[in-house]
Amino acid sequence: MSRRRELLKAVTEPIFEQNPVALQVLGVCSALAVTTGLKTALVMSGAVAVVLCTSNVAVSLIRNHVPPSIRIVVQLTIIASLVIVIDQLLRAFAFGTSRQLSVFVGLIITNCIIMGRAEAYAMQHPPGLALLDGIGNSLGFAFVLILVASLRELLGAGQLMGVQVLTPVAEGGWYQPNGLMVLAPGAFFILGLLVWVLRTWKPHLVEEEEV
Amino acid sequence: MTAERYSTRYTIGFAAAVCVVCSVLVSTSAVMLRDRQEENERLDRQEKLLSVVDLLAEGEEVGRAELQARYDRSIRPRTVALGPGDPDHPARVLEVPAEATVYDVVDGDRRTALILPVHGLGLWSVMHGYLALEPDGVTVRGLSFYRHGETPGLGARVDEPTWRALWRGRRAFDDEGAVSLSVIKGRAGPAADDPHRVDGLSGATLTGTGVSHMMDFWLGDAGYGPYLATVREGAP
Repeated sequence: MSRRRELLKAVTEPIFEQNPVALQVLGVCSALAVTTGLKTALVMSGAVAVVLCTSNVAVSLIRNHVPPSIRIVVQLTIIASLVIVIDQLLRAFAFGTSRQLSVFVGLIITNCIIMGRAEAYAMQHPPGLALLDGIGNSLGFAFVLILVASLRELLGAGQLMGVQVLTPVAEGGWYQPNGLMVLAPGAFFILGLLVWVLRTWKPHLVEEEEV
Repeated sequence: MTAERYSTRYTIGFAAAVCVVCSVLVSTSAVMLRDRQEENERLDRQEKLLSVVDLLAEGEEVGRAELQARYDRSIRPRTVALGPGDPDHPARVLEVPAEATVYDVVDGDRRTALILPVHGLGLWSVMHGYLALEPDGVTVRGLSFYRHGETPGLGARVDEPTWRALWRGRRAFDDEGAVSLSVIKGRAGPAADDPHRVDGLSGATLTGTGVSHMMDFWLGDAGYGPYLATVREGAP
């Protein structure tokens, strides 16, 4: 029972309880940059999920053999290689979207969530658990990205997945698109509100005030 | 085992092994996917050529076969002589070949537009794009960039449809035949009242200046000027 609970916890905890973006405030750079549209957010979430799961498993597999003095360098080398492979794959199979994501695919390398999970979790746990942790954190990251992107695309352009949902005034409809949502500050506002909502819903997540 | 993990020899050996495995992984994927990526680049160019003259609507997605069919039906490459170039021009185009490929857009036998490949320095990067002109050789039909490395969210907005739409109907030459087309800081009027200027992108003044220089260079005597002069006189 407790074994099963541990496995389940590895997956579910990062979604709300320990959400990497909203709680640990990691990976905010890409959460701002690629959330102007739902489609780019989905592709980005997928790319991060693949990198995070494989890097977690790879780091976990070699965790007992890595010389401690170079462990961060080794982790980073693995992550960077995986990101390059993903970037190549996107360019070959999802060319349009990879063009929209531009540098942000490459910047997955510096996404603190991936380094953070490799160092904080995969280095201490067996591959199976590391994989589950990767899945959980990917879901947590994807949850935030999809939420922010849906709101931004809907309020900023009146669209979802590029399909017009609210007809803007310029095309004879009633909806006045909110230009702020298209720009990066729009993501900051949504992210801030999300952090607030999450901590109101789960008050124990609020950090104690520093003296 | 544990003691061994701290030895210098083991550390170097381990690092070397990681490097070998990772480099094999990276180079295998790069080599295996290269053909497909190049094919994508080629199709992307065709797509850009079609969309700059509205033969492909914004956001319209068509299959590879349909794309190729539209391209073959409407786009005719042609080789034209270029001007002498000008390495000191601020567009920073250091070398200009003697000849370049431009594209006629045809409907049956009639030319409905012409497309000129252009490039020049923006803020960080060389921007590559296509400028489409009406058959009169003066009125702009559209502008589109297919490769650039400008700041995402700022200068990179040069390839946004809303900004690109501002170019349509502007006039590239004044009444004396001198090049007159530039991106200004702030807002320009509609094309009919303010034919030689285009709105700047806020936060991307230098990218806009780069686009202005690019226009000045390629439309001027250093670039397509001599060819465009023949177009304005009605050459086929």
